[in-house]
Amino acid sequence: MTETGVSAALSLSRDRAPLAVEDLSVVYGGQTALDRVTWSSPASGLLAVVGPNGAGKSTLLKAILGLVPTSGGRVTVFGRPVDAARDKLAYVPQRAAVDWDFPATVLDVVLQGMVRKIGLLAGYGRDHRERAHACLAQVGMADLAGRQIGALSGGQQQRVFLARGLARDAAVLLLDEPLAGVDAVSESVILRVFDALKREGRLVVCVHHDLGTVADRFDDVLVLNRSVIAAGPVATAFVPEVLGRAYGVPLAVT
Amino acid sequence: MTTFLQIDLPALLGALLAALVCALVGNLLVLTRRAMFSDALSHVMLPGVLVAFLLTGSTAAPAVLAGGVVAAFVAAVLVHVLVRYGRVDPSAALGIVFTTLFAAGIVLMEQSGAARTSFDVHHILFGNLETLVWAGASGPGSLVDPQALALLPASIGHMALSLAIVAVVLYVLRTQLAVVAFDPVFAAASGLRVRLLDLALLAATALATVAAFEAVGAILALAMIVCPAATARLLTRRLDAQVRWSLAIAATSVGVGYAVAVLGPPALGFPIALNAAGTIGAVSGVFFIAAAALQRRDGVAIAGRRA
Repeated sequence: MTETGVSAALSLSRDRAPLAVEDLSVVYGGQTALDRVTWSSPASGLLAVVGPNGAGKSTLLKAILGLVPTSGGRVTVFGRPVDAARDKLAYVPQRAAVDWDFPATVLDVVLQGMVRKIGLLAGYGRDHRERAHACLAQVGMADLAGRQIGALSGGQQQRVFLARGLARDAAVLLLDEPLAGVDAVSESVILRVFDALKREGRLVVCVHHDLGTVADRFDDVLVLNRSVIAAGPVATAFVPEVLGRAYGVPLAVT
Repeated sequence: MTTFLQIDLPALLGALLAALVCALVGNLLVLTRRAMFSDALSHVMLPGVLVAFLLTGSTAAPAVLAGGVVAAFVAAVLVHVLVRYGRVDPSAALGIVFTTLFAAGIVLMEQSGAARTSFDVHHILFGNLETLVWAGASGPGSLVDPQALALLPASIGHMALSLAIVAVVLYVLRTQLAVVAFDPVFAAASGLRVRLLDLALLAATALATVAAFEAVGAILALAMIVCPAATARLLTRRLDAQVRWSLAIAATSVGVGYAVAVLGPPALGFPIALNAAGTIGAVSGVFFIAAAALQRRDGVAIAGRRA
């Protein structure tokens, strides 16, 4: 792992970082998806996780969240085990991960972000609904609350998932390819939300595939290819030499 | 009137309770594409119910229910093991487990002599709907007479209790179960106990299936789990509305199916009655076809689409 001098100086001690992984390994059916990944996140801001196909980017998010069995290593969230700190995390999965024919409205899906905050018998209350509407307004979908989710465009589906993540009011958001295949309007809305989250001091971790836009949109980067190739601020860690090692071919970064 | 109370009412009531409890669990199973899971469940009940019967010598509900539920859990574990360690596709694992256990149940039934009691294949497939009789009924007054009501078939009481338990469990867990059904990965990431919730749904399904199994048999139990929920799914795009529609469709299927069985042949000049469990299942299938035809022309749902 290469950590530049600048990022080493700026990085928090591992026990207090929003996300810290140590020696994390994941093996899928004999294939090593992640190999002894050690990394700790910055305190806040926008971070892109990049790397070639099959580099384990989505797997890293899932391993951090405890959604895939790990074969070694440790994950801490603000110094605590992930199960003790789930309320600090919001996961925004790839939108292809669910069946959009499910009988639910846009509001129903956003409310799911608050499923841990309801009483046993109560169901969602007025406060939850108001908060869900506010989250929808943030992603520019205030007037679509009653819309059937099957009738949304791809970009709108992605924004609903983002709104559901916002409803969790988490310090750290983990998003899996939130900008993949979305329309221009959705993209600008999502980036605006990212900036607001950054201003609020939250950490936004995005699996990102478009290398050309990393420098414009993100503050920090984690370059992954089964193990950590480089991590740190975009200016120092997102350089041709690093990417050449990650992708195995020389790449020019504009 | 007395004949209706003694013969038709208990059969209708039994079929209705079985249909409602099955339709209730069916909603989430259909949404999570696990409808055939309930079929597997109803088959693996057989060896469990038999072993319970052979061990206790009783066909009373608690013993039979426990046997069926234990068998369901054993089967669920076996399927999990096959998928996890045997690298078998989940549907193939389901097929392997339930046919094997069902076959073992048939052999056990023939060899143990249980086949000569109420456990014959006919009853397992089609239930005992026609044998539900209310001997205590002597007129409309019996409906409010505690002594007469106490003579209602015991299985009616068991089914009512099962329905109550399943309804309460699903109502209490409704919000969490809906999140798990839509997006289990997000649910787990948010800290919901997904395995435990799945287990609760499995237990509710097992309870519904065993309760229905005794009265209406494996086939009608499966029809009532799948058909009303699948039909309701075509009629509405809201989960709560889907559950209400499925219950209404299940109840209507029972009413229409029973009427067809009892009144149909005499109306055509045949002095017989059809198997009511069979006609109820068939009617629920007809409802599904009607809803599917309606939906194809419409493109979208007919009810609740402007929610």
